[in-house]
Amino acid sequence: MTGSNRIAGYGEVSRSKPVTFTFDGKTYQGFEGDTLASALLANGVHLVGRSFKYHRPRGFLSAGPEEPNALVGISRDKTRSQPNVRATIQELYDGLIAESQNRWPSLTFDVGAVNDRFSRLFPAGFYYKTFMWPRSAWDKLYEPFIRRAAGLGHSPTEADPDRYSNRYAHCDLLIVGGGLSGLTAASEAAKSGKSVILCDENPVLGTGLRSDLRTKFSGKSARVHLNKLIETVRSAENIQVLTRTTAFSYLAQNMVALAERVTEHQASPESDAPRERLWQVRAQKVILATGAIERHMVFDGNDKPGVMLANAAQTFLARYGVAVGAKVGVYTATDTAYAAAIALHQAGIQVPVIVDARSGTLSAIGEEARLLGIKVVNNAFIKRVNGRLRVQSMVVEHQGTRETFDVDAIITSAGWTPSLHLFSQSRGKVAWDQETRRFLPGDYAQECQSIGACNGTDTIAELISEAVSAARWGIGSRARAKPKIPEIEDEVPASGGMIGADKGAGPDNPVKAFVDFQNDVTAKDIRLAVKEGFHSIEHVKRYTTTGMATDQGKTSNLHGLAIAAEALGKDIPEVGLTTFRAPYTPVSFGTFVNHNKGELFDPTRKTSIHDWAVEQGAAFEPVSLWQRAWYFPQDGEDMHAAVARECKTTRKIAGIFDASTLGKIEVVGPDAAEFMNRLYTNSWTKLGVGRLKYGIMCREDGFIYDDGVVGRLGENRFHVTTTTGGAPRVLNHMEDYLQTEFPDLKVWLTSTSEQWAVIAVNGPKAREIIAPLVEDIDFSPDALPHMSVREGKICGVPTRLFRMSFTGEMGFEINVPSNYGRAVWDAIWDRGAPIGMVPYGTETMHVLRAEKGYIIVGQDTDGTVTPHDAGLSWAIAKSKPDFVGKRGLERPDLKADGRPQLVGLKSLDGKTVLEEGAQITNRMNPSGPVDIQGFVTSSYWSETLQSPVAMALVNGGRSKMGETLFVPMVNETHKVEVCDTVFLDKEGGRVHG
Amino acid sequence: MLLIRCPYCEQDLPELEFANAGEAHVVRSSDMVGLSDEEFETFFFIRENPKGISFERWRHVHGCGRFFNAARDTVSDTFLLTYKAGEPKPSLDDLEGQKK
Repeated sequence: MTGSNRIAGYGEVSRSKPVTFTFDGKTYQGFEGDTLASALLANGVHLVGRSFKYHRPRGFLSAGPEEPNALVGISRDKTRSQPNVRATIQELYDGLIAESQNRWPSLTFDVGAVNDRFSRLFPAGFYYKTFMWPRSAWDKLYEPFIRRAAGLGHSPTEADPDRYSNRYAHCDLLIVGGGLSGLTAASEAAKSGKSVILCDENPVLGTGLRSDLRTKFSGKSARVHLNKLIETVRSAENIQVLTRTTAFSYLAQNMVALAERVTEHQASPESDAPRERLWQVRAQKVILATGAIERHMVFDGNDKPGVMLANAAQTFLARYGVAVGAKVGVYTATDTAYAAAIALHQAGIQVPVIVDARSGTLSAIGEEARLLGIKVVNNAFIKRVNGRLRVQSMVVEHQGTRETFDVDAIITSAGWTPSLHLFSQSRGKVAWDQETRRFLPGDYAQECQSIGACNGTDTIAELISEAVSAARWGIGSRARAKPKIPEIEDEVPASGGMIGADKGAGPDNPVKAFVDFQNDVTAKDIRLAVKEGFHSIEHVKRYTTTGMATDQGKTSNLHGLAIAAEALGKDIPEVGLTTFRAPYTPVSFGTFVNHNKGELFDPTRKTSIHDWAVEQGAAFEPVSLWQRAWYFPQDGEDMHAAVARECKTTRKIAGIFDASTLGKIEVVGPDAAEFMNRLYTNSWTKLGVGRLKYGIMCREDGFIYDDGVVGRLGENRFHVTTTTGGAPRVLNHMEDYLQTEFPDLKVWLTSTSEQWAVIAVNGPKAREIIAPLVEDIDFSPDALPHMSVREGKICGVPTRLFRMSFTGEMGFEINVPSNYGRAVWDAIWDRGAPIGMVPYGTETMHVLRAEKGYIIVGQDTDGTVTPHDAGLSWAIAKSKPDFVGKRGLERPDLKADGRPQLVGLKSLDGKTVLEEGAQITNRMNPSGPVDIQGFVTSSYWSETLQSPVAMALVNGGRSKMGETLFVPMVNETHKVEVCDTVFLDKEGGRVHG
Repeated sequence: MLLIRCPYCEQDLPELEFANAGEAHVVRSSDMVGLSDEEFETFFFIRENPKGISFERWRHVHGCGRFFNAARDTVSDTFLLTYKAGEPKPSLDDLEGQKK
């Protein structure tokens, strides 16, 4: 059945297209064009959820995006489920599955509702009051309890399988809101040749006025006028219309972010369409036509299922042909609710009474209602609402007398709040209008104009003029012609209204009159917060959590403000409005994350030799964006065994290592040596062509920034290497000084990191393995000594052949163009493998260098370590007049005694591998505060030495050689002896082969 | 996302192409070694961080690669001016006039 509450002749749904859906397991029918809300109401379902704090039964407050109550979970399957979806905007599709939230075991019987009984225990700020003591109860009792109770709905437990997309767009004019104002502006901009984007959060355009069955445009219904405008706009080639698209964030320089829901309304989503699309629109001009949101009356029991906004009832009737009740009471402080009441009455719904909080004579529409036979009571209020899961009756108090009316729904209106969300986000200043008692756009901060209801323009004629002139501003038109305004009849403009609690919910009546439905904040809570000393509205908001739920107080903020102002004895503008923040309505994580997940989260860099390592079964580790071979396990070896074998074999025979990820920068030009002198601590002037040098780069403060081996390939050409992770920032650092401090130097810098593959071959047999492959280079030990570089060929491919070592063994780093990396690697492998050469990965590289005391910048240094601290004073040229860091190194603190210095540590038990990062103390089992002496920076098991090796930064470390210190670890405190950082081959003979 | 005008490319381009590089017009002495500790402190550590017009360095790192200077209002996040490295610091009074 499609619902017994449908009224024939009303609504825009397709009555020939029934749609089946389920809510809490029960099957219902609606029509294509329904929202979940309208379809449920058509079936007489008002109870759709439980409130957050008190678990009170809740129904629909609104028919639109401002909905605070009717949040449901929508799911298609296990992976596609979404909590907290507003039933008022979820379009119905065949097979839709909806579940109510925040209830157990069922919606009609919810155990959590005991909170409502004991609501006196849950006043404003109850978390702060209740869960403070005893402290020990927090971890075990309070926090787990709060975590279980907090939050609405359930997140899906599996990864989101859907695709989301992102688009950038530029336009001359963006119009936000496709109601009468936005459509009128867009229609004026049609055929202007300017690019226009019109977006609206609803599936159809013109939604506000579509609910108005009363107002006539030159004798015809509003819909006829709307349809004409829509046709003009849709057929204009210069206008892109985006429906189901919410402008949720207004950023700097007229960038507006839009979220387009592409398939959320489809029964079978198109497989090639994204679920949602993020638009980042840069507009020359923006027109905000965001409308106004109706406020509810704040009275006792105003949250019971069946109490809703007047405009919502009118919308359910006019757009969906649904009666929200058979007997509907009205409670208002504004005229527009009368129009709603009359519309309902004319559709055959009983309207027993209109209760108006205002006093004085009736307006014209009031008289009209009375003439239709509707009872109107002025200067009255709703004292009480009876009914638990649905409104049953209401008690009206009027000048001391009470009368009860049987009703099954109550519609309310306290007036209209202009939607300033986007205007405020654009950093426009809101201004209080005393006459109409509302905030309106004040000073604009960007190229933007507000029109229509969001600008406080209440009558249709004024609104049309305003929209036309804004459109002319938006497209830069000089047209002066007066806009054509149809003859408007029977209009009921928004006027009057009240802000704050009604008479029955005043300071002396501690009743449950809700201000914020979603966070369960009552008028009483706000008064209590003020009484407890929270006088700033920002504090009141956070203490009571009013306006902080997912609806961000669209219906409640003004009420909350007015009640706080009254309690403070201040005027509303004195108390001030809280800040509007993006997003306007909730946006799914998927839309923000977009393509940036999985493999697309970050690029992965791979060397030309990567695939070889994969074929060999290497384990990999990420180093910055690179994937580097970590170790090469054989025959079921674990990492420890593999690394031990790789280390031993490299020192005994040879090892081959992919060093391609090293950063490389070509420094070229007549002043290249001078530039190097200024950027590195070392002196480069006398470095001969064909020689290498280990260089240290400092920042201006004297701390080590990067290091690497540099080769001089010519008088004016240096091949600089950097750490793998440091390459981009080192080039940036060099460019910075070259462009801004030393622009007089003739030097050019080029990143060549990815141009060269680097194959490192180390070990006693390294020369024997490589020599036959090399051409044009004299490979004899005397002609190519340690720390030299030659250009020539290997395997017929051009190479820069570095003779250097990061292992302490005789070593070569063979640079070849990346495209040849794999081929040269294969050729070397073919020669080396038969004599026992092993491939090794980054872990072995770390062990081998640590045995030799070679530092790794970023591991043995941390940005507060000078070359002196690291034991590298020899690398600082003393005679240079200046280099980056020279003055910094002279700072008194950097020259003081007791600075952390890099030293070696020997585990006295001869077997414990210390934990990297472990702290070092000077007492065995200190009690009380500990005087930390430093920490371990590098630590490994040395297979060659059959002992652990470690480096550490220790305060005054070099003066503590031979002393015993202590390293507390999880189970035991270990004794260590301070020693030199070089553990193996102190004389350095091995590098010479 | 801001649009930033690169004074070398002479185009307004998205912020994604640029990287901020700290305060502008901090002069590195030609006699660094001669600086007193106080002078070094001022040069290296002390920054204006104004509420209002801030002079700062930017690099068009994903474009032409050039460093340039900008005057930005830190209150409104508006770029008032960008200009090439080495060009003189614009007068604050002139820029105040441009503020929104």
